[in-house]
Amino acid sequence: MERIIEHPVLQPGARAAVNFTFDGRPCSGLEGEMISSALYANGIKIFSRHKKDSAPQGIFCANGQCAQCSVIADGLAVKSCVTPVREGLKVETLRGEARLPRGSCLVGFGRVEELETDALIIGGGPSGLAAAAELGKLNVNTLIIDDKAGFGGKLVLQTHKFFGSVEDCYAGTRGIDIAEKLGRQLKEYPSVKAWPDAVCLAVFSDKKVGVLRGGSYYLIKPRTIINATGAREKSLAFPGNTLPGVYGAGAFQTLVNRDLVRPAERLFIVGGGNVGLIAAYHALQAGIQVVGLIEAQAECGGYKVHADKIKRLGVPVHTRHTILRADGKDGLETVTIAGVDAKFKPLPGTEKTFKADTLLIAVGLNSVDEFHAQAQEAGMDSFICGDAEEIAEASAAMFSGKITAHKVLKALGVMAAPVPQFWFDRLEVLKSRPGATEAPAAKNHAKPVYPVLHCCQEIPCNPCVTVCPKKSIQLSGDSIMTVPRFTGDCIGCFKCLLICPGLAVTMVDYRKDAKNPSVALPFEIGRGLVKKGDRVRLAGWEGADLGESVVLDVKDFKAENTLIVIVRASPETADLAASLKLYPAEAGVKSAAELSKADDETMICRCERVSLGEVRRAIRSGIRDLNQLKAVTRAGMGACGSKTCSTLLVNIFRSEGVPPGEITAFTKRPLFVEAPLGAFSGAKCLTEADEKASWSGF
Amino acid sequence: MSVENYDVIIIGAGSIGTPLALALAERKLKTLVLEKEASPGQGQNKCAIGGVRATHSDGSKIKACLRSLEIFSTWNKKHGDDIGWIKGGYLFPVYTERDEAVLKELLKIQRGFGLNIDWASPEKIRELVPGIAAKDLRGGTWAPEDGSASPLLSVNAFYRRAAKLGAEFHFKEPVKELLSEKGAVKGVLTSRGRYAAAWVVNAAGADAAAVSELAGVKVPVNPDCHEAGITEPAERFFEPMVVDIRPGDKSKNYYFYQNWEGQIVFCLTPQPPIFGHDRRSTSEFLPEISKRMLSLMPNLAGLKVRRTWRGLYPMTPDGFPIVDFPAALTGYVLAVGMCGQGFMLGPGLGEALASHIAGSPSAEDREILAGFKLGRSFAGQEKLK
Repeated sequence: MERIIEHPVLQPGARAAVNFTFDGRPCSGLEGEMISSALYANGIKIFSRHKKDSAPQGIFCANGQCAQCSVIADGLAVKSCVTPVREGLKVETLRGEARLPRGSCLVGFGRVEELETDALIIGGGPSGLAAAAELGKLNVNTLIIDDKAGFGGKLVLQTHKFFGSVEDCYAGTRGIDIAEKLGRQLKEYPSVKAWPDAVCLAVFSDKKVGVLRGGSYYLIKPRTIINATGAREKSLAFPGNTLPGVYGAGAFQTLVNRDLVRPAERLFIVGGGNVGLIAAYHALQAGIQVVGLIEAQAECGGYKVHADKIKRLGVPVHTRHTILRADGKDGLETVTIAGVDAKFKPLPGTEKTFKADTLLIAVGLNSVDEFHAQAQEAGMDSFICGDAEEIAEASAAMFSGKITAHKVLKALGVMAAPVPQFWFDRLEVLKSRPGATEAPAAKNHAKPVYPVLHCCQEIPCNPCVTVCPKKSIQLSGDSIMTVPRFTGDCIGCFKCLLICPGLAVTMVDYRKDAKNPSVALPFEIGRGLVKKGDRVRLAGWEGADLGESVVLDVKDFKAENTLIVIVRASPETADLAASLKLYPAEAGVKSAAELSKADDETMICRCERVSLGEVRRAIRSGIRDLNQLKAVTRAGMGACGSKTCSTLLVNIFRSEGVPPGEITAFTKRPLFVEAPLGAFSGAKCLTEADEKASWSGF
Repeated sequence: MSVENYDVIIIGAGSIGTPLALALAERKLKTLVLEKEASPGQGQNKCAIGGVRATHSDGSKIKACLRSLEIFSTWNKKHGDDIGWIKGGYLFPVYTERDEAVLKELLKIQRGFGLNIDWASPEKIRELVPGIAAKDLRGGTWAPEDGSASPLLSVNAFYRRAAKLGAEFHFKEPVKELLSEKGAVKGVLTSRGRYAAAWVVNAAGADAAAVSELAGVKVPVNPDCHEAGITEPAERFFEPMVVDIRPGDKSKNYYFYQNWEGQIVFCLTPQPPIFGHDRRSTSEFLPEISKRMLSLMPNLAGLKVRRTWRGLYPMTPDGFPIVDFPAALTGYVLAVGMCGQGFMLGPGLGEALASHIAGSPSAEDREILAGFKLGRSFAGQEKLK
């Protein structure tokens, strides 16, 4: 069983076990758990075989958007990532096309309920929840829907503490805890109705929104609509990109942090943005070895504190590297990377191969804006916020939700005043990309105890400043973008260590021994991993090895879910030590992978398995209309509705030298998520299996 | 401005214009197709669900579609290019006495034209469509030689072959003016240039009436719409196109079949009809079609709907196309008002029309066009729209 029993931040809840079978083999799941996670927990990673070439398929989005994870459950083809496992469920590999139940008896139809609301919020993540709270405060009749069983969106997957400002967006609090706070807040507003497990399928031309809630279909008629639909992950084209074990960081976080399933032993990550860096950190927290992380640019695009945090623990971060290919028979076995030149072309002779069972693609996000586009086309009062509007941090998403709610209040005539300008200014700060990195500040005091701030890159963050009881940590400028400085006195309270989202504050203490200082290091990888008396290796702020040391004490701050490890240091290393190093870096095996090897086998449309070769041939035959490309090759015609391949396809046109102006985009049509035909009329049908089951007790 | 010369200019690279271009190119006529969209079939062709039947109620359509069937069914063998053709047949299951009388009456006409169509027993129908509602099923008409093909693959196959034989296609190039002199067509003017031809064919589908205004010829073509959808694929389990002609709450007939990829494709005729050019999906469609289809086939309930769309039916008052050479303007050709059957009529009509333009129509070519005159009274009604 591949379940996470011990986690530094998350506590597995007590859930009843359920028994089910997979291809006849007995398996054990947990009540309410999705089939996909239950299968992973039982070590099963291949869910189906594609009808075109029998290629093995497994988890991809883990978000109900694609259909890669489809299995047969009690005779019906279902998406395993959104279908809960239940006692006695018969799960089978989907081979090619599903067989429909032959005999089936119609019991009756339900009614499609139509509902009116002043505001409909699609998406219960940070921006949607923030918007709902603002509308709730002014008693606006609001319906907020989310396709998951709980609210919080991707916050519920974030075990790390958040950046931003304490006053605007809960900086210093863990994502999972913010989700809970925002969720609780919803209940305070009687005018806000919250529907979990409600999937938006389409916004229709007659200004109604189709929502599938549980198994029932509703048509919502909102006066205003807020699209807080977040983002979806970009994909990447390389040979082997559809092997089971290759998927997005979001799916990984869902398995690990929502469902507490350990999907990997050896993990490799492509992409050094915040998503990739955080995924690496989450993997370490889950006891998974991160074999490496690559980034094509010279620097990771994510916050430096995130990158440094994983480097210090021992994760090799290879900048200026690209992925060449992924290989394996029925799942990922090896990953081959190479260095790149200034034009991102792989450099011959730099190829390295690593053994890995899982490869995460974290190469950026695209806004989910299709409902907004449809609502606008239908002439509705439609608004958009959070990642759906512009990709940024959750802190910015919350603030943009608040602003958008005020635009809605104005549109509804509830509030006359326009949104204050300084809100927009503040949002811009929260959305800021990381700025300049300064050299670590030289020590300019002789205090007996003091914090060292290993935070040298400009990012929008201020919890350490807010939390210091002596006001001894100050920003070096007016904006929360500026880096913090220690000036004044320290009482050694550890508050700044415990709140820093980047784990970038340590505390040096000469009070007990003026010659041999101790250093307190925040640590949230695992309880029991480090004990008093252990010999450990220390790492500098960017991961440099500082030699061995001994653990003097381990303090467990339960409320903050953070350990503080106190180690002995020398006066020379005390101010430099930023973390324990946990793993030795792996160098990889020099491989003779041929760079010129044809990449025609690379899958572009994973639903219909259309290869790069097929797409190239179509483009070279003169096709410039994505709709024609779809008609001829079926690329984009599959279950996900071109959510994954549309960006890749545009990139291929570009690499074939076609100017963007010549390309005609896909025509987007509903539905945006597949839904059973029976749902639209509330059809109650009994299949042969149902009838048999209902009689089995007699 | 330089002028390029062609024998024939076709306005519209859709269900009619594309196979017509092919038929003209096969007859060695220098052909130019002007299309406002970015590629072939991007108007209503891609909205067609793919049914091809000869089992209509009048000679012209029957003959045109028999010709189409021949082209669709032999395409892969002749050209090594799969267009998704399935000889699945057309089935009209009947649940009321009145419908039985109507279809049996029609059966006589259809058989009179030599069509292979017969009355099928309820048992036979249940065998053809496993899981079809058995209660009150009285039988139905069954035409095993009809079938279906992929509109998307077909129009592109016709396009590729037409281009290979020399037809030129200009996309994203709408026609702005139709040029004429002394009552005869001279060519067309577009945003990009002037093109000369002795023949200009209006194959503009839903835009046919507006395009014909350029020629000064009024045509009674007024699009209404049908909504359609497609499911995820399932293992093949029935072959025919099933047409349920009973009326529903907000609809007339609807029809569906399992395409070459195993997906169920379905289409509904709204009642009252919705006229206009709006092609965005409405919220009414899925609840209505779901109820109707599942009443007939409950075993489709768990199948997931993947996409929906709305397509325009360029309607004429009597439900029959207008394919004619209007006397008012020599060289101007109408191939319009297909009433939602452009996909199945296209290849057959294309051949008949091309033969006329080439000056060598056969007797059958003449018979095909005979029923589609612009000057007719439009008083009749197509019995099986």
